[in-house]
Amino acid sequence: MARIAGVDLPKNKRVVVGLTYIFGIGRSSARDICREANVDESTRVNALTEDEIRKIRNLIQNEYKVEGSLKAEINMNIKRLMDISAYRGYRHHRGLPVRGQRSKTNARTRKGRKRLVGGKKK
Amino acid sequence: MARSVKKGPYIDVALDKKIEKLNKDNKKAVIKTWARRSTIPPEFVGHTIAVHNGLKFIPIYISENMVGHKLGEFAPSRTFRGHGGKLAERMSRVK
Repeated sequence: MARIAGVDLPKNKRVVVGLTYIFGIGRSSARDICREANVDESTRVNALTEDEIRKIRNLIQNEYKVEGSLKAEINMNIKRLMDISAYRGYRHHRGLPVRGQRSKTNARTRKGRKRLVGGKKK
Repeated sequence: MARSVKKGPYIDVALDKKIEKLNKDNKKAVIKTWARRSTIPPEFVGHTIAVHNGLKFIPIYISENMVGHKLGEFAPSRTFRGHGGKLAERMSRVK
């Protein structure tokens, strides 16, 4: 079975699509990988030969940052922002939008589900 | 490549001169500035710069990780006291 970069193995899908199941690989890098490895994009994952799988696996290992190490890098970057007490770090810390979006309304993706705040008591 | 990359970083001229002078004399001094929009170049590392936040000057010790950021990022200009009742107020004061 095709098992690349950890735990990913979607079968019955085209290779380009299958590769995007790996965190850090999207459509365009998936296409690059297929081209590099001389694999037709439209072969199904379970129809790949051992050789092709090995080629793809090596490519990803050597040239792409994926899964755990990519996630670690992202978290490091966020942590750096918080450590130097930059505004962006503070926004990450508070779970608010980081890039200057409005937060009076919307921004529900960052803020999560609506929490109601009670009226002011006298 | 973005157009801004070609143009290079913006560094406040007056501030840069002052830091240069300090570097030459090997001195450290707190420099007050209003230039929040100025990028931090590597030469600023190790200095303390007091950045205006609209009300007062916030002293900021420039560390290596801050290079490439703008001075204003480190001197917040708003204070969020929290919404809602007494609990929220207390929580924000602790922070």
